[in-house]
Amino acid sequence: MLPELSLHILDIAENSVRAKASLVSIIVKAFPSKDLLSIEIDDNGKGMTKEQLAQVTDPFFTTRTTRKIGLGVSFFKMAAENSGGHFTIESVPGKGTKVFASFGFSHIDRMPMGDLVRTIHTLVTMHPETDFIYQYTFEDHSFTMDTKEFREILGEVSFQEPEVSAFILSYIEENQRDTDQGALI
Amino acid sequence: MKSLEELKAIRERMEGKVGFRAEDSNMTRVVVGMATCGIASGARPVLTALSDAVQEKKLENVAVVQTGCIGLCQYEPIVEIMEPGKEKVTYIKMTPEKAMEVVDQHLIRGQIVAKYTLNGSDL
Repeated sequence: MLPELSLHILDIAENSVRAKASLVSIIVKAFPSKDLLSIEIDDNGKGMTKEQLAQVTDPFFTTRTTRKIGLGVSFFKMAAENSGGHFTIESVPGKGTKVFASFGFSHIDRMPMGDLVRTIHTLVTMHPETDFIYQYTFEDHSFTMDTKEFREILGEVSFQEPEVSAFILSYIEENQRDTDQGALI
Repeated sequence: MKSLEELKAIRERMEGKVGFRAEDSNMTRVVVGMATCGIASGARPVLTALSDAVQEKKLENVAVVQTGCIGLCQYEPIVEIMEPGKEKVTYIKMTPEKAMEVVDQHLIRGQIVAKYTLNGSDL
């Protein structure tokens, strides 16, 4: 099991990057007033066939060759369903994959979000070839980070340059805090 | 709200400073396993600690990168250090604290921290 939802996001988004996505969207919505939390990860990677899709939530299915089991997607599904939520995965070969999970916000078995800011920062700075859109909603406030906007300003300057990396971290951190007033999710 | 204006200022300051990175062939690569097994055992904070330290200590010929599952899931988080012309060193069961020791001893001083390596650990 992964102990935090943000780590599931990281894990699923890593699948997207490995599927050669050039754009990954991560959409997190928290509505404590409706007892709802949802996470969606969309990519334009190579997608999966119907057969692969049917097997992907089976822990004994993986495309990798270094080991024989693949637990990531199965764990994420379980995390959603254990909290009274739902899980769906859609995929079209050559087009991409969409993973959606909802959670009962206040359910005792709903895992904590964990360090979402650091997770997004890790994804963005470690995958300079991939664009990320991160959309975060808390009740009726929302903010969106789009790495294409960073890239337009930066030109050839790398996201890994210390000053740039520090900017991206505080950009996500501050905007997220403005959105949820530091609520513990 | 933090705005993108600040990023423009950073970009202007960096003008002309870009392109002084070491050649790829002279770079030391620090590779962190970030598949489900790595992430589940705590690889994300290890990766963060390593890239922060490399930036803070200005280790300009060190690149921190990530990889998928290398097939040793039971020893995750795993950090591999590949220095040009040297044999790969595999550190296992890493934590941010152990990673800092590896930065100070191995990356800065060139001394392998044997107690944390795959070969040196009591398995």
